[in-house]
Amino acid sequence: MELLRHAARVAWKDLRIELRSREIVYTMVFFGALLVVIYSFAFPNDARAIRGSVPGMLWVSLAFTGTIGLGRAFDRERENDTMRALLLAPVPRLAVFLGKAFATTVLVLTVAVVCTPLLALFLQAPLFAYPVPLILVVILGAVGIAVIGSVFAATLLKVRSRDVLLPVILYPLLVPLFVAGTSCTAALVAEIPNFDAAWYWIQFLGIYDAAFLVLSIWVFESLVIE
Amino acid sequence: MTALDEVQIRGVAKRYGHERALAGVTLELTAGSMCALLGHNGAGKTTLLGIVSTLVRPNTGTVAYRAKGKAVTGADVRREIGMLAHASLCYGELSARENLALIAGLYDVDGSPPAIEGALDRVGLDKKARDRAARTYSRGMLQRLALARALLTRPSLLLLDEPFTGLDRGGALALGAELGTLRDAGAIVVVVTHDLEAIAGRTDHVAILRRGQLVFEERGSYSYEQLKDVYHRHAN
Repeated sequence: MELLRHAARVAWKDLRIELRSREIVYTMVFFGALLVVIYSFAFPNDARAIRGSVPGMLWVSLAFTGTIGLGRAFDRERENDTMRALLLAPVPRLAVFLGKAFATTVLVLTVAVVCTPLLALFLQAPLFAYPVPLILVVILGAVGIAVIGSVFAATLLKVRSRDVLLPVILYPLLVPLFVAGTSCTAALVAEIPNFDAAWYWIQFLGIYDAAFLVLSIWVFESLVIE
Repeated sequence: MTALDEVQIRGVAKRYGHERALAGVTLELTAGSMCALLGHNGAGKTTLLGIVSTLVRPNTGTVAYRAKGKAVTGADVRREIGMLAHASLCYGELSARENLALIAGLYDVDGSPPAIEGALDRVGLDKKARDRAARTYSRGMLQRLALARALLTRPSLLLLDEPFTGLDRGGALALGAELGTLRDAGAIVVVVTHDLEAIAGRTDHVAILRRGQLVFEERGSYSYEQLKDVYHRHAN
């Protein structure tokens, strides 16, 4: 309980700062919306083609905007060396990780809340035909991006070329997440939806998130201490 | 909370790649003392503070913390550390009051408005500025806020890296006096500074680092002239 209380404190601090500045969320949402507009011009306006490509569009949008959010959320901790203040506090360092990961999850989900309806609107994609499994897979995807991303964003905090390194390191690790996310979304938007396949990928994503959460908890402290 | 009464640094060495930052430093810090850690830029002072603060892991050597003769580790050590670093360690988007409330929450200390006002009064932060975002503060105001942050948790081990930076003469001397008071109250105070005047007459332990090595260590009271003299003889 202590751990969760402190994690909530760290998360609330991040969200409070973001609510005040709206710097990260505006950038992420604007970029996400821009991607959707570009997709709507760049891809053929054909219902069958859209069904095939919209899962990729959704998850590429989440990946790109998620990376922007992660980078900036941790850059903020670098500005006055506040990460040092968090790590110096007598709370389990795991609480710092969980708090940051939770706040990042909220940011990624905010983008998803904007981008998904925009994709459905601009591309006439049937994304909301089955909203419950779609919401579930997007939440699991956001958690995965935030958990794995938080570990590497925190590790790269003092590295000069972190903006370049973060996606280079992060995306290969997120490949299974993107495969699961796009496959699940594709199964849901297909002309004949395949719920078994969707459920399989949701389960896969749940296991993937749990495995990386355990791994991240295990390595976080040793990675952030110089 | 158990106040630390001894910190034993034994043969601590640290390398960053091929660069040697510290080479086998051994130093003992005791309660009720103020150690002036001196040396030129790059001598290893900040690295040593980082190691003592538990945020930097030494390649070799150990740092042992003791309270009433018993070893203290982990979060119990961090609870006792107050740190003033080069950066303010405060969030620019939050006000002074919000920054201190956050720290009070993380340390489980009194974060009530009177306690926070008291901490801000103690460092003399302008009352009108206390609800403004810290990013709008001048360097001196940020330094005062950082000090309030470090003192709020009533630490028994205070690690101060260039605490007088950005303060005017009066502010620097007042801070020197405040550190003396904390030392007299039983805290272990370690000050890294180039402002010898501000700590003269207050420090009772001088350690000088040169290229990562401890080249001078002596206990006793030092006047400004004496500090200047030992610094120039050993730091160069």
